[in-house]
Amino acid sequence: MKIKIFLIIFFLSLNSSLYAEKSLDENKIHKNLRCLVCQGQSIADSNSDFAITLKMVVKDLIDKGKTEDEIYKFLSDKYGDWILYNPKFNLGNFVLWSLPYAVFILGGIIIVFLLRKKSKKT
Amino acid sequence: MQKIIKSIIILLFFFILGIFFLSLNRSSNYDTEYLVGNKIEKIKLVSFEDNKIYSEQDFKKTKYSLINFWASWCAPCKVEHPYLMELSKERNIQIFGVNFKDKKTNASKFLKVLGDPYDYLAQDINGKESVNFGIYGIPESILVNDELEIVKKFIGPIDKQDLLNIKKIIN
Repeated sequence: MKIKIFLIIFFLSLNSSLYAEKSLDENKIHKNLRCLVCQGQSIADSNSDFAITLKMVVKDLIDKGKTEDEIYKFLSDKYGDWILYNPKFNLGNFVLWSLPYAVFILGGIIIVFLLRKKSKKT
Repeated sequence: MQKIIKSIIILLFFFILGIFFLSLNRSSNYDTEYLVGNKIEKIKLVSFEDNKIYSEQDFKKTKYSLINFWASWCAPCKVEHPYLMELSKERNIQIFGVNFKDKKTNASKFLKVLGDPYDYLAQDINGKESVNFGIYGIPESILVNDELEIVKKFIGPIDKQDLLNIKKIIN
């Protein structure tokens, strides 16, 4: 009897956790998709006709077992990278992605140089 | 070394300034120009009349197809309609209409009054199939070749100039 109760609770919690994960993913995807007919809003924040349709399409793709990356690829193939708030790293946006790291490294070099210079003086 | 650092900082300053200049001068509106050349795949459109499914094969019957997304409730669709009627007389192109989020009776009435330019007519009741074509509002039209590659996209109603451009491309 105890085993039965344990199994029921286990499967119920498993089911609810899977559902929570799915809905969480859906919302995360919505937040990363730009509403093309709105002013600076993601489809998660919009109730426009376009946003509602796109939410339905995302739901369908999740139900079909598509991964988050596959959904982004499908939509960026149709609408271009502009639909993504967080575009994937590619040759076109190489400078955009690498610039913060380059500035960080350069800043580090300058600081090291200045500190060395200061220690030499003292 | 100090000179090198100074020149790097100055270069970096101008580089960032350049990025700001380019970004602020760039249009922030959604542009479909770079979608030209992309291939439309996995077409599955339900016929307006019956439950027949239109697929890629239906777009390969002529050299060019114009896929036009329209609805009876869309005022700009009425504006472009005479140009579609004129285009329907051309031989090298077939016009594929997709009735978007519309009531069947209203759509039929629209075509009865203004004329039917479509060689094929499909329906997209909830708008989900239109996402496969990269549609985000209507009217929108896509000119594709028989390989289903996008030749040109028309956002908004087709006007006289667009009609001339299409005729130039297909002839």
